[in-house]
This record gives sequence, structure tokens and C-alpha cells, in this order.
Amino acid sequence: MTPLVAISGLSVSFDGAAALHGVDLSLAPGEALGLVGESGSGKSVTWLAALGLLPPHAAVSGSVRLEGAEILGAPASTLDRLRGGRVAMIFQDPASSLNPVLTIGKQIGEALALHRGLDGRARMAEAKRLLDLVGMPDSARRLSAYPHELSGGQNQRAMIAMALAGRPDLLIADEPTTALDVTIQAQILELLASLRKETGMALVLISHDLGVVAETCDRVAVMYAGRIVEEAPALALFEAPRHPYAEGLIGALPLLDGPRRRLTAIPGTVPDPREAPPGCAFAPRCPKAASACAGAVPALTEVGPARRAACFFPLRSTPSRAERKVTA
Amino acid sequence: MLRFLAVRFGRALLTVALVVTFAFVVLRLSGDPATLILGPEVPPEAIRAFRESWGLDEPLWRQYFSYFGAIASGDLGNSMRDGRPALELVADRIPATLALTVPALLLKIGIGIPAGVYAAMHRGGPIDRTVMLVAVAGFTVPSFVLGLVLVMVFSVQLGWLPSGGRDTWLHAVLPIVTMGVGGAAILARFTRSAMIEVLGQPYIRTASAKGVPWGAVIRGHALPNAAIPTVTIVGFMVGSLIAGAVVVESVFSWPGVGRLLVVAVSNRDLAVVQTILLLVAATMVTANLIVDLLYGALDPRMRRGAGQGAH
Ligand SMILES: Nc1ncnc2c1ncn2[C@@H]1O[C@H](COP(=O)(O)OP(=O)(O)O)[C@@H](O)[C@H]1O
Ligand SMILES: [Mg+2]
Repeated sequence: MTPLVAISGLSVSFDGAAALHGVDLSLAPGEALGLVGESGSGKSVTWLAALGLLPPHAAVSGSVRLEGAEILGAPASTLDRLRGGRVAMIFQDPASSLNPVLTIGKQIGEALALHRGLDGRARMAEAKRLLDLVGMPDSARRLSAYPHELSGGQNQRAMIAMALAGRPDLLIADEPTTALDVTIQAQILELLASLRKETGMALVLISHDLGVVAETCDRVAVMYAGRIVEEAPALALFEAPRHPYAEGLIGALPLLDGPRRRLTAIPGTVPDPREAPPGCAFAPRCPKAASACAGAVPALTEVGPARRAACFFPLRSTPSRAERKVTA
Repeated sequence: MLRFLAVRFGRALLTVALVVTFAFVVLRLSGDPATLILGPEVPPEAIRAFRESWGLDEPLWRQYFSYFGAIASGDLGNSMRDGRPALELVADRIPATLALTVPALLLKIGIGIPAGVYAAMHRGGPIDRTVMLVAVAGFTVPSFVLGLVLVMVFSVQLGWLPSGGRDTWLHAVLPIVTMGVGGAAILARFTRSAMIEVLGQPYIRTASAKGVPWGAVIRGHALPNAAIPTVTIVGFMVGSLIAGAVVVESVFSWPGVGRLLVVAVSNRDLAVVQTILLLVAATMVTANLIVDLLYGALDPRMRRGAGQGAH
């Protein structure tokens, strides 16, 4: 089966500083993929680059195929038809991601006009139906509301309605809940999951929070400093991370079951693209680093069924949660 | 909305009253009109008579109140020079001034805004850099210098255009260009930075992400937002339609309100100066009022009472 999206060797640099170093990632139709990593690891840039949404000073190379057809560097008219059509994207801060001087109805209607050719009353009726679909209360009245008149959660629902307007095969949700309250976060994640079930679209859920991704996604890719460092089915990753960075991210999660414990955040920060260390970018922060790690960049290789990791010394042991609690 | 208007209007009236008061005080304290108008050699009795007839011998506070009373009933006083009503004198000059400032305003808007938008869209490119260079030059060079340079080139050297006076429409060309260039430069810079700010906003990326073609993103999403701060500057320019030509009218001997003001100030022709200042303040304040209303039209966040949001 051809993948829905196949990204290979995707590299991006901003004014000479490399932000992505050859990312390979693919996605089956209808699949839910989580993309996690600390802030600055290149998650947003990956998908902005794939859709041609980066500013002109970004140098992009590699390949992005949508059902086999190359879209990287495709003409503007092709990209315009595809964006908001087959591939939709929503962003972190719903309040500033919506145009403050246009009504919600107008902004959803614009997507309906572009991708479905709807106009007049049919357009507004469909916009209202989409607002109902995303659980917007009092949808008829919300059509004529402006973003500043809605709450953060309502704005994100409006963004999602707008993204659904073109009946996408793939929805990329870039930190859709980061700017929202915890209770609203859960509602939005639930909404995304149920919409995926109803429509059969694929979902890429970008988050710096593994917990957010784990509940919603089948498969998770972990990114660090512009590279994918581990890729695995969501459950398997949680049970037994192979890359020390992934283990670090899991260690930083609060456990829902079991006694409260100190969170073990990974010491240090993501290196700036301009001063990336030679060899494995995680080595300076890695508890298991050896001299080989500074010498070369480990390639992303098969480490098990449907699992890949980019580490010279992938973790083998499969510590249970109980064990980790004791060592923490 | 009505209350908003009433408050705004009240504030506008207060501003005008303050300007008039300020002008009144400064003018009375800065020199004696009697000696200036009659000359230094006239006998003291003549000066006393002049003062009495214009009410200048009264205490300042009484002059002030009778002046305000007169204004309220529409009487702006007479010129001390030729006795004609000050309002009539000033009104005679307004068409000449507008004949310069209105075309200059159109020139500023017609060149400044498109140049600023274009520069912002091609940021860092050769056109952007040229626009910025011209813009910086345009508002660092004072208008009298620019006016003189234009006269040197187009009147003295090339002999294409007259250097002063108001006989034909050709006489208006240089003063209009002098004013228009500086204003267009200011507007271009301002529009450019407003536009750059807007183009960096997340909602522009959202519009692209939903498949809006770039031209439509500019027209439908960026311009309506960039218009909000730009309206402030345009409003200021509209507000200076009457007062904005003082320097240029002097350079080009153009018989407008600006030149009348210069002459009246040097003569301490109180009623005329005050009438002009009143007019200027009224224009500015009206322009401000229009800007406020435009804000409401352009920016839904400024509209009060327009649909409460549930939070
Ligand atoms: N428009 C841009 N100009 C310059 N650098 C950028 C730009 N966008 C992102 N970057 C850099 O690229 C790197 C990856 O950023 P990003 O993909 O936004 O990280 P995240 O994983 O948090 O989404 C960061 O170092 C960031 O500073
Ligand atoms: Mg991001």
C-alpha cells in the first residue's frame, strides 16, 4: 500500500543554521501519528516545510510525497489546492491563529468556497454544520462572532471546523491543546479522536507532551534537534523506550497510577541549531553517552518489529513501571 | 454608540476650547498689538484710543470671557489691520490652501500606501531598499529645503515650472509635489512596518494553510489588519489639511491660510490668528473623530456592545 505521506531526507536550514537534518517519516491512510520532542526540536518545521509554509529565507531540500506525488517545491496553485483541501493544519494558539477582523463564519466560509465551491446560503449552512460537528455551543450565533468574542477552546473548535471544511485526508494538529486549560485540552483531544473515527482521516498530532500523544495515537515518532530519534507503536514505546531521550521524556511524565514521585526532567536543553554538537546531538545530555557518541551521528535503524531508533547503544532492558518507580 | 459619539464629541469640543485658550493667553502675553500695528512713532493718546476700541485695556480675564461669549454666538472678531471680519478674511484663503493640500494628500496616499505595501511584501529586496532609502530621505529633508531644491531644478535650471505665485495650475505643481513627497515617504514607512508586523502574525500562516492564494491572503487578510494603524497617520494628515501648508505657502508665495497666519502672527492681529488656530484645531479634532469611527468600522475589537462573547 502506498503511504498517504512519505517524507524522506527532509532538511531545512534558516540562514545557514540547519534546523532539520534529513527527516524520514511516513504515514498510512487513516493512521494517527504522534510527533513528540521538546520545544525547538523541529516538529513544527517538519510539517510547515512539507506544506511549503515556511518563510522564504528557509532553505528546504528532500522529498515529500502525497500518495506518491512529489509536493515539495510544487507550484503555488498545486499547493493552494492541497492545503486546506487534502491536508489541513491547525496551530497552537487558536486566538492569534484566527484573523481578528473576520467573523468565524467568514473564515470557515472562505475554506468552503475554496475547496468545495460553496457559496451563499449553502456555504453558511455548511459552516454551521461544521461548527455543530466540532461541538461549538450556539453555533448559529457563533457564525457572526469574532475570535475575540470566543474562549480559547471555542476558537480551537472553530479552527478545527475550518480544517474540516475541505474534507481532508490528513489533519496536522500542531500543539492544538498547549495554550488551553487542562479540562479543555482533554475535550479537544477527544474531539480530534472522534472526528478521525468518523471521517477516517489520518492525524498527525504534534506535542511536546508524550502524555497527550499516547492516548490519541497509534504510533509515535520522537524528535530531537532536527532528527527522528525513535519511532515505535505508542504502547511499545511507553513500555520499553529504546532511545535514552525517549526514556527521558517518559521519565518526565507524571504517573497516573501509583504513588506521586519526583518528575525526572532531562537536565540541559535542546542545542541551538547554530551550535549543534558533532556526533549524536543528545550525547551531551545523555546518561549513557560513550566516546563513540561524539564521533558520529547514529542512523535511524531497525531495532525491533516496527521499531526504529537512532542510538549506538539502544536500551535493551524493559523495565516495568514498578522498577522505574523504585529507581526514580 | 450614541453615548460613545456624545463622549467623543464632548472631548473634541474641550480640545478646541483648550487650544483657543492657550492661543489667547500666549498671544496677549507675547507683545502689544497696538504698537505693532500702529508703529512706534504714534503718540500715546492714539495707542490708548486703539486699545480702548479693541478692548485691550480691560483685565485679561474679562477679555477672555467676552471673547468666549462672542465665539459662542459665532462672532470671531474683526481684523485689527483692516477691520474686516476675521472669519471672512480666513475663509477667503481656504480654497487656495485646499488647492494645495487636497491634491498633496491624494499624492501621499496614492504613492505612500502602495509603496509601503509593496516594500513589505518584497522585504529586503531591491525595491524595498529603494523605497526605504527614498522614504528616509523624504522625511529627513525639511520641506523648505526640498521646495528650494525643486525650484532650483525645475524653475531656475530647466525653466519648466513657475517658482511662486498662484496664476495658473502650473504654479501649484511644485508646492503640491513638495508636500506630497514628504508625506508619501512617512506613509510608506508606516504602511511598510504595519504590513510587516501583520504578515508575521499566525493568522496569515493559517490563511495560507487553508489554501488561500497569496494575493488573496494579502488583500483579504493582511490589508484589513494593516489598515488599522495606518488610518491613524492618514487621519493626522487629513487633520492638517488647513495648517499643513504654512512652510510651503511661504516658500512658494502661495496666498493661502498658512501665509495669512505668518503675517497675522507677526502683526499680532489677534482675531485673525485666533480664528485660524480655532479652524486648525477644529479640523484636527474632526479628523480624529473620524479616525475613531473608522477604528470601530475596521476593528471589531474596538466596537463596544457588539455581541458579548461567552467565556
Ligand atoms: N521562521 C524561522 N526562522 C528561523 N528559525 C526558525 C524558524 N522557525 C523555526 N526555527 C528554528 O528551527 C528549530 C525548530 O523549530 P520548531 O520546529 O518550531 O520546533 P518545535 O519542535 O518546538 O515545533 C528551532 O531551533 C527554531 O529556532
Ligand atoms: Mg512547534
